[in-house]
Amino acid sequence: MSDTPLHFQTVAELSASLAAGSLTSVTLTEAVIARTLAVEGQVQAFNSHDRASSLEQARASDARRTAGRPLGPLDGIPIGLKDVIAVRDQPLTASSKILGTFVSPYDATVTTRLRDAGMILWGRLNMDEFAMGSSTENSATRITANPHDLTRIPGGSSGGSAAALAAGQLPATLGSDTGGSIRQPAALCGVVGLKPTYGRVSRYGLIAYASSLDQIGPFGRTVEDVAMLLQAIAGADDRDSTSFHTPVPDYRAALSAPRERPWRIGIPKEYFGAGLDPEVAAAVQTAIAHYQALGAEICEVSLPHTEYALAAYYIIATAEASSNLARFDGVRYGHRSAEAETLLDIYFKSRAEGFGSEVKLRIILGTYVLSSGYYDAYYGRAQKVRTLIREDFIRAFDKVDVLLTPTAPTPAFKRGEKSADPLAMYLADIYTIGVNLAGLPAISVPCGFTTAGLPIGLQLIGRPFAEADLLAAAHAYDSAHAWSKRTPNL
Amino acid sequence: MQYEAVIGLEVHVQIKTRSKMFTRAAAGYGRPENTLTDPVVLALPGALPVMNRAAVDAIIKAGLMLGCAIAPVCKWDRKNYFYPDSPKNYQISQYDQPICAGGAVEIELPGPARNVMGEHKSIPLTRIHLEEDVGKLNHGAGGSLIDYNRAGTPLMEIVSDPALRSAEEAYAYLQSLRTSIVYAGISDCDMEKGQLRCDANVSIRPVGETRLGTKVELKNLNSIAFVRDGIAHEIARQLAVVKAGGVIVQETRDYDGLTGTSQSLRSKEMAHDYRYFPDPDLMPVKVDAAWQARLAAELPERPFDRQRRFMAPETAGGYGLPYTLASVLVPDRELSDWFEVAAKLAGPALAQPVGNWIVNDLQRELAASSAALTDAKITPATLAGLVKLIATGTLLQNAAKAVFAEMFSSGESPAAIVDRLGLATAPTDSNELENWCRESIAANAKSVAEFKSGKESALNGLKGPVMKAAKGKANPKTVDETLRRLLASG
Repeated sequence: MSDTPLHFQTVAELSASLAAGSLTSVTLTEAVIARTLAVEGQVQAFNSHDRASSLEQARASDARRTAGRPLGPLDGIPIGLKDVIAVRDQPLTASSKILGTFVSPYDATVTTRLRDAGMILWGRLNMDEFAMGSSTENSATRITANPHDLTRIPGGSSGGSAAALAAGQLPATLGSDTGGSIRQPAALCGVVGLKPTYGRVSRYGLIAYASSLDQIGPFGRTVEDVAMLLQAIAGADDRDSTSFHTPVPDYRAALSAPRERPWRIGIPKEYFGAGLDPEVAAAVQTAIAHYQALGAEICEVSLPHTEYALAAYYIIATAEASSNLARFDGVRYGHRSAEAETLLDIYFKSRAEGFGSEVKLRIILGTYVLSSGYYDAYYGRAQKVRTLIREDFIRAFDKVDVLLTPTAPTPAFKRGEKSADPLAMYLADIYTIGVNLAGLPAISVPCGFTTAGLPIGLQLIGRPFAEADLLAAAHAYDSAHAWSKRTPNL
Repeated sequence: MQYEAVIGLEVHVQIKTRSKMFTRAAAGYGRPENTLTDPVVLALPGALPVMNRAAVDAIIKAGLMLGCAIAPVCKWDRKNYFYPDSPKNYQISQYDQPICAGGAVEIELPGPARNVMGEHKSIPLTRIHLEEDVGKLNHGAGGSLIDYNRAGTPLMEIVSDPALRSAEEAYAYLQSLRTSIVYAGISDCDMEKGQLRCDANVSIRPVGETRLGTKVELKNLNSIAFVRDGIAHEIARQLAVVKAGGVIVQETRDYDGLTGTSQSLRSKEMAHDYRYFPDPDLMPVKVDAAWQARLAAELPERPFDRQRRFMAPETAGGYGLPYTLASVLVPDRELSDWFEVAAKLAGPALAQPVGNWIVNDLQRELAASSAALTDAKITPATLAGLVKLIATGTLLQNAAKAVFAEMFSSGESPAAIVDRLGLATAPTDSNELENWCRESIAANAKSVAEFKSGKESALNGLKGPVMKAAKGKANPKTVDETLRRLLASG
């Protein structure tokens, strides 16, 4: 048995204890609930939770195990979902007022898969409204704190998922990543976060922000935990036409599979320029040295179109968002303005009251770039840039197995520090956005702390559908350091 | 100055599929409100579209029927606009890559008389594309209610070139288009159920002018007769405006078929900017040669090809039907199929009497008993048997009517009925018949003289007394032969 308190143990450890019979799911779930409630006043990571439902699921899990029929290594382990993934009969808010008291009548495909794996669904986690933001400050429900420094933001948009994990409120969480929304908060909260290849995990039941960029992915304390979680949710889904039929390998087994030749790691020079915090740069350089010490070949590569990524992203993502968010209109569900008397009132007033300012800004921007006469100049060109960015990456992968970069240019910033300046906020995703445009898998792994005690993350980027390789490369570093063991004092 | 009308039609046809265009929810008509829905139909948060292959099959068939080019690759686009009947506030449609391009609809104009075939023309098509239908609004005193049962039903839009020149041509175009679509089993095209809907673009220009005049779009033309009347009304309205020195304004007008009047709905200034862009939730569709070939093999003969074949002489593989029969049989595929089976069993020389029985008697009996052809007890084989009994003289035409009525109500074979009712012409003793014939010739010198001078019909005057003597049961064929033989020898 580990000396670590239950709420800071890894999924792998908990799985072993459950399998050995030294732990029951009810005990574990009660510990998770108790820890959640104990620190939630400080962290504010949860939008909603349902104690009765979670304990019922835990009892069912224990019954399966007693009967000798557990559903797999994750059976009985609690997990929390970003509040943008549908869970049947539970509220779904996207941290927006526009959804009002909406309760989802159906499960997202990932939710179904977690249930099929026996996981206990405990709570829905705070985020930037409709996943638009990098600090979780754009939430209409609450402001989530970074557990390592409560005056700082946890990153975003999946800030609640990263913070709840770092605070010990959950052993595993899911988030979604459109421009860095899993990796950046993972880096800022000192946990592991994976954005899978576009199409690896079904998006059915994920409230769409930017459909061609969105991807659901797991957070865990270790790369091994993330591998176990990806195993449960990956694979084609006939409810999502953009999910792929590429076979799903055994990710956990791949972590320690023998390699035929040393890692070839590319360092994109464009990711180490101006704006990179010196402490972050130093931590990443130390990590590179570690890989070198393990025998990896390190070489510099160039991704020449990197500077256009942010602009292309904000055209494509907002264009898609302006259309995706049109369904939130006060007609069928969600918030309808009490002032509305005519049809146009229902649209204008409900949306004016229901959406926050960042969401409105992006809807307006997206509407503009798609409008007649501007389409070719903005959306059309952005798609061409997107192709060039993807080609940059594919060319780099001719020479290397993975790319290594910082995840975010700075550690967690102070609450309110960048709220007034959207462009400064957008730069928080400067190293993560290209990956979404190219549809690649990428992982953020903790690689140290600043002198002020703030977590730092490194990003590894892999080839399409090469999550097994990517996880193995990340595991080679993570298993030797396990920075996430340095837990916050709450 | 002489003016001509220029008309283009946009026809929407609901495709008859079990499920909707982009989800598994059932498609249908006349069910309780909002029962044919699911998360995708209602555009719940997180729902994603998945293409219905059966609907794509159907539109490819329509394209092949009408001689369109089938695009090897086509894609889906979002047409963005807010209206409560469209749950996503965008419609999935095809903007710049329709699945079918070109093609034509063959039309037949009314002839100078009912029994004379009119002129045939080929009306070129611009395109056919696939999209999803919207829901239905029911406006009441207390507000408006929405029924989403229709929302998401596969809908194809068939756009003609502005090549129609009169209301009659538009009427003929719709008739022909409907027949082809029903023939291919793509839709029932019931306009009362909204399965076929038509908008017309109407303009006028001086004869000889090649540029198009300002067009007016006519909406709510909800029967084929209203399409004809509405267009005729609009042409007259535009001519009156121009002759009074006025100018035609580009606008959308609503035609009320009951009052025969129209009124303006909106002008061009209020036209939408639909902000079309490729739907990121759906993959492009590749239609390869094998897919096309499979559907081409399922296609029926084109209706006007069939009409030509039915009218062609026996020596050219046809049935030699007059236009009056062919034009009634062909538009009804089932009836035509039934005819062809019966005609083949009766033999090609008897095709026309077979056609007559179907068009006159069978259709009358079906209508009188409100029965469908598929439920009829009479079969092509029994009808062929009846026609053969008449042809061989075993059954007289007058008696045959009664036999047919029995066949229709009981399904019994004509031979059995003839037997049971004793209706067969008597197997007359040849000596007796010859005596009656001699008596008739002796008693009717005038008719004999007329016949011998070349008046064929004079023979009837000799047949009457013979039939009378035989109490109506002589085989008319034998009587005819016997009289001719005796007259020739005497």
